[in-house]
Amino acid sequence: MSSVASGVIDHHHDSTTSTGIPNKKLLMWAFLASDCMFFGCLISTHLIYRLHPPAGTPAATQIFSIELTSFSTFILLMSSLMMALAVNAIQKGNLKSMRASLILTIICGLIFLGCQVYEFNEFVHVKHLTISNSILGTTFFTLTGTHGIHVLLGVIWLTSMLIYSYTGRLTEKDAIDVESMGLYWHFVDIVWIVIFTVVYLLEYI
Amino acid sequence: MAEAITKSGFTAHDEKITARSSLFYRPQAKTGLMSWLTTVDHKRIGFLYGVFALFFFLVGGVEALLIRIQLAVPNNNFLSAQQYNEMFTMHATTMIFLAIMPLSAAFFNFIMPLQIGARDVAFPRLNAFSLWVFVAGAIILNIGWFMHDGAPNGGWFGYTPLTTRTFSPNHAIDMWVMGLQLLGVASIAASLNFITTIINMRAPGLTMMRLPVFTWMTLITAFLIVLSFPAITIALIELMMDRSFSTNFFEVSNGGMPILWTHLFWVFGHPEVYILILPAMGIISEILPTFSRKPLFGYPIVVFSGACIGFLGFGVWSHHMFTTGMGTVATAAFAMTTMAIAVPTGVKIFNWVGTIWGGHISMRTPMMFALGFIWLFMIGGLSGVMHSAAPADAQQHNSYFVVAHFHYVLIGGSLFALLAGIHYWFPLMFGRKVSEFWGKLSFWVIFIGFNTTFFPMHFLGLNGMPRRTFTYDPNMGWSNSNFIATIGAFILGVGVTIYFVVMVYTYFKGEKVKNDPWDGRTLEWSLPNPVPEYNYAVIPVVHARDAFWYQKQHKAEIEAEKAKAAKEEELHGGIHMPFQSLYPFIASLGLLIGGIGVSTMDSNPDPKVIVGKKLTVCFIGLAIFLYGVYCWALEGNEGYHIHLDNHGDDHKH
Repeated sequence: MSSVASGVIDHHHDSTTSTGIPNKKLLMWAFLASDCMFFGCLISTHLIYRLHPPAGTPAATQIFSIELTSFSTFILLMSSLMMALAVNAIQKGNLKSMRASLILTIICGLIFLGCQVYEFNEFVHVKHLTISNSILGTTFFTLTGTHGIHVLLGVIWLTSMLIYSYTGRLTEKDAIDVESMGLYWHFVDIVWIVIFTVVYLLEYI
Repeated sequence: MAEAITKSGFTAHDEKITARSSLFYRPQAKTGLMSWLTTVDHKRIGFLYGVFALFFFLVGGVEALLIRIQLAVPNNNFLSAQQYNEMFTMHATTMIFLAIMPLSAAFFNFIMPLQIGARDVAFPRLNAFSLWVFVAGAIILNIGWFMHDGAPNGGWFGYTPLTTRTFSPNHAIDMWVMGLQLLGVASIAASLNFITTIINMRAPGLTMMRLPVFTWMTLITAFLIVLSFPAITIALIELMMDRSFSTNFFEVSNGGMPILWTHLFWVFGHPEVYILILPAMGIISEILPTFSRKPLFGYPIVVFSGACIGFLGFGVWSHHMFTTGMGTVATAAFAMTTMAIAVPTGVKIFNWVGTIWGGHISMRTPMMFALGFIWLFMIGGLSGVMHSAAPADAQQHNSYFVVAHFHYVLIGGSLFALLAGIHYWFPLMFGRKVSEFWGKLSFWVIFIGFNTTFFPMHFLGLNGMPRRTFTYDPNMGWSNSNFIATIGAFILGVGVTIYFVVMVYTYFKGEKVKNDPWDGRTLEWSLPNPVPEYNYAVIPVVHARDAFWYQKQHKAEIEAEKAKAAKEEELHGGIHMPFQSLYPFIASLGLLIGGIGVSTMDSNPDPKVIVGKKLTVCFIGLAIFLYGVYCWALEGNEGYHIHLDNHGDDHKH
């Protein structure tokens, strides 16, 4: 691959900026700070309403399937590993290895989404928890659904990158684009760890 | 008009650049409508923000006058109660989101990159996107005036359960929700851009503690926006889910709690008031040193108290809710933080007084507005800190005392500073200067009109007149003060009219000035007039806090430095300029169409029709948005280079 170029591009320092941090990376960090507050408000909503369930609210433990969610959580965490490998690969100019890691990341993301679709379907049609029939359904579907949309956007983004790595638009000099995407992907995973803890695990204490 | 615009400073005439062969349409026009829709120049974007903000400022002003006419005499029926609700809702929403914030954004865009010695913001196309999404949000907020359902009427705070489907069944609230949501997107996108720009694109030598105070306040405001807007985004999403998909967030019968809305709204709403005032404080901190011919007194303290205000601003929201029964501990805690936040604000006032103390003061129009700001903002601050005492606040809550307070800080504070800023930077933007006579006349009429309108409201409030009341009885003892306030409002209206007529006249026919007419201290005044598209022919090196003042004292050193830097820059390929782009506009157009679909149309009640009219429009909007975003990503961030020869003429390739 472009082993000649790999020694030339410094991926960790951008000499054109005041701080040395690439602009795209700084933008992504600032955006993630904003997104933290976004999820923070949704998670707080869930935690507050969880303490005041009106009579007739179904028990969460009767609805959740912790085995399935643990599995999908594991898959999502593994996707973060794949994403880190993809970033590492493109910084070394190894496009082939990056593609393999990206494909695995996308597959992990899709498995997670598939589990969520199955879970939602099961909750609505078998367990009769809908978005409007109880406060638990309202906060649960809104929060996990919003997270699912984040994962879906990430998968679309990763797929676009994968395609453009074949057409020649995405090369080693665009490593910062993959790295910024990686920040987003890791963030979405971290948010899921919080959601898994406070929405699912908390109910079993 | 078009001719005048091309004449104005930041819209230089250039011959066409040779187009590259590309799949994507890259507009080249430097004049005409297309050049404005596709511009990525921060100066032009700032100008457009200013134009839209001033338009909506006039709209909001007319709404205010209609409110005052209705309240002029007891038992008036000039407006119906329903129309009155629309007026006070749209007056507040317009003034906050469509007038003051974008006017601040106009200065952020135009002035901030110049102050840090940059050629543009970090992401020029994202900047254009912010502008056009702001316009889309403004359109959706106001579209109700032309529709059967009417304009939004739930108050700018949109308290639930009033705004839920049960009590506001028509689409007016949907438009309000969608409009604010888009304005949030625009503000957050713009702020992310400003944060990156200020941290990463400073000229060599411009350390953080040498930044001009206006740039500092831009940075703090941008952080407040990215951290506080998500709260209202979530609140609006929850309300939208309740209204459109029958969720239970604010549905009491199913376990929802309307107080959650109040909390989320004010978690956003209180930082928002600092979003409105911090840029104003930045402008004042630029104007006072210039016209006192002294450096700003206690620069580090001014910066740190600004940051302190921003930080504490997240811990005071519940003082809007003292009467909701939060419990004594919470009430006491928020009363304490509210008193605490008055300290850094007071520190700033003392620093400004220290700046003019012993200075060689020149009383020009911007200085008049700046001094007016200190006076009026201090009155507003004093009535504000009165609210921090929770027992007293229980009496003042929802009364005209509160109306008087926040108009003193919003008009007397934010608006006076913004009007001062327009006067101050007008010569830089357009190469012309407002005549001192007309500028000062407008100041005095605005000052007198403002105080006549809002000072009596303190007494109205203490005499028990509630806010948002559409009429009152003659035996309440409120008649005289209300009548005086209405007269004052018209004086204020005349003052604002004089201000803007003079401004428009000056734009076309005003006295021409050379660059640096005020003997300025910060870098933007070092630029030639009109400001070229690339701002700095040579990126300046900053040696001191008041960078341009230093340059004026050390001419020989700076000349040598510039010559050397120019040579180096030419070796690196000349001045890099970004291409214009149509796609930010197209992406915003998609959001506008989708937003109109979501907020103004009925969903199809017939279960057999899966994709009704509403969904069709939403999908069209989404498709256009995605098309815009993908083309934007794929066209790349390429640009062209400008080479300056010794005479300052530019050659492009």
